[in-house]
Amino acid sequence: MRTMRSLMAGAFAATLLAATAIAQETELPNQKWSFENPFGTYDLAAAQRGFQIYSQVCSNCHSLQYLHYRDLAGIGLDVEQIKAIAANVTVPDGTDDQGQPKEGPATPASQFRSPFPNAKAAAAANNGGIPPDLSLIVNAREGGPNYVYGILTGYTDPPEGFKVGDGLYYNKTFPGHQIHMPQPLREGTVDYTDGTGNSLEQEAHDVVTFLSWAANPEAVERKQMGVRIVLFLVFLTGLTYAVKRKVWADVEH
Amino acid sequence: MVGLHKSEFTNPVINWIDTRLPVFTMIQKEYGEFPTPKNFNYFWNFGALAMVNLVIMIATGIFLAMNYQPNSELAFGSIQHIMRDVNYGWLLRYIHQNGASTFFIVTYIHIFRGLYYGSYKAPRELLWILGVVILIIMMATAFMGYVLPWGQMSYWGATVITNLFSAFPVVGPKIVTLLWGGFSVDNPTLNRFFSLHYLLPFLLVGVIFLHVIALHLTGSNNPLGIDVKSPQDTLPFHPYYTAKDSVGICVFLIVLSVLVFFAPNYLGDPNNFIPANPLQTPADIVPEWYFLPYYAILRSVPDKLLGVCLMFGSLLVLFVLPWLDTSKVRSVRFRPIYRVTLLVWVVAVFVLGACGAHKPEGIWVTLSRIGTLYYFAQFLVILPILGKLERPLPLPESISHPVIGGRGGGPLPTGAAAKPMEKA
Repeated sequence: MRTMRSLMAGAFAATLLAATAIAQETELPNQKWSFENPFGTYDLAAAQRGFQIYSQVCSNCHSLQYLHYRDLAGIGLDVEQIKAIAANVTVPDGTDDQGQPKEGPATPASQFRSPFPNAKAAAAANNGGIPPDLSLIVNAREGGPNYVYGILTGYTDPPEGFKVGDGLYYNKTFPGHQIHMPQPLREGTVDYTDGTGNSLEQEAHDVVTFLSWAANPEAVERKQMGVRIVLFLVFLTGLTYAVKRKVWADVEH
Repeated sequence: MVGLHKSEFTNPVINWIDTRLPVFTMIQKEYGEFPTPKNFNYFWNFGALAMVNLVIMIATGIFLAMNYQPNSELAFGSIQHIMRDVNYGWLLRYIHQNGASTFFIVTYIHIFRGLYYGSYKAPRELLWILGVVILIIMMATAFMGYVLPWGQMSYWGATVITNLFSAFPVVGPKIVTLLWGGFSVDNPTLNRFFSLHYLLPFLLVGVIFLHVIALHLTGSNNPLGIDVKSPQDTLPFHPYYTAKDSVGICVFLIVLSVLVFFAPNYLGDPNNFIPANPLQTPADIVPEWYFLPYYAILRSVPDKLLGVCLMFGSLLVLFVLPWLDTSKVRSVRFRPIYRVTLLVWVVAVFVLGACGAHKPEGIWVTLSRIGTLYYFAQFLVILPILGKLERPLPLPESISHPVIGGRGGGPLPTGAAAKPMEKA
């Protein structure tokens, strides 16, 4: 029996190992994120700086279509700030009296503006590559925030003998190492309004914090609710177990 | 028999209803007094847990369906709408998504319990067969549910799995066209899968009802695998097993909550956060974790038709299990060799699961072949022969006998354990 147990445990461990070992050809950076542990929350200052980077850099090519401007309350912006941000953006706004599509200033209820009207237009403007929507990018890649951080900081010179295709760029994190996106962030790409230093690492860290929030805006509420619910359930389990013991107290079994 | 039921309830309203439709008497009989073997361990919680899990799935599913769009253009976005804009939509969705995983965990343990203590043997064969039907309906429901978010893995998983039917000669391609509602996985496929995903759980409720009726006719098996001999062997279901099941339900809710609140996407695939794209195949198409062993069996042989037959066969063989096992002894406690072969079988299933998560290359092919071979050998070779060769340990006289004997042979309890005798 004991040998069987260890055999089972071994098989289980092998299964777990196999699950974690699923091919990660390049080692990803292992950054510390404010939101990663069960009690973690989003570093709102970093997320706001990240939003600044998204607005000034990423949004030129990447959409964030599942977000609305009102959602920015989630990174600590107030109503006036959100209204001001939205008012500066021009979005499609139905049709005019002649039935022609017209544009107008966004409101907090508007979807984030997409840089291209459709996938074909996006591909045409980007040498055939379609810049992916960033709403879920952190969830949509193995490695999550570390992967996106790895891409943003992964632009290096190709190793000797590596031929990079036309209109492609070498990136050590990207699978296959040839990416359509030219290096988006460098040291000093943005000037932060809050005076934070603008090294590449800082910028990448901030924008990944913002994108992690964008992918899981419910995460903080979810985890806080989870702590309360699990504590309650542990208490309830204890109580139920005590009841069970009492009910069974006079039964030989 | 014609005439009104003679109700014993004193409350006039309950009595009035019960006289005309004796549901209260039924509940009292089947969930109050129902004589249940007194020696259950916590493995016997899992049927109730599966029932609770199903209720959770149906309850969350109904509200998700109110906000979901079964249209290939809108489906992916409507999930994001649920996650971001619907009040507590993320909670509903994550409970439903992870509830599918816990449903399989609970059901697989429930099935293991049946195998371990021989619950499938006479007179419970039909009970077991209904259970296998439940498993198959559950798998179909889960598969179609996974297609609904219309992410990359939804789409390509649906493509791979539905294509399996094309392996059957003559009718194969027709079945596939019928499943798809066209000539590829597309909007009609999504529409019909949504409709069926909503329908099948209610079919499931019906079959589970039969499963429970069958259970209440034969009575429960127990860890000793011997029949109930006297009322001393049993306890009324309430309050003894309602109390014990409640403990299990609380622990189950903790497990579900940890998944939902702290690791909602741990069991999922990152690819399903990318909208379905028929022009771009993901590097590796993998089903959800609960299908991995079957997926490994499917890919263990180079021939498509044989692989498909083996995969379906791995489920169908369960239907005839009560007749493949030739031993009269139910519980592994008295079948030392069967215990070993069964646990090796469990190891084989885990190994197959690991194989299913990997590309069929190198060592994984060999492992999946060994796993598949053992999976079937256990049922088709070992069980029929073992029943004839194995010498079972001596069975105890009755359920209450070894229990009391084990504790020093004290006198028969006079308290609660004796009560059911009066009722019976």
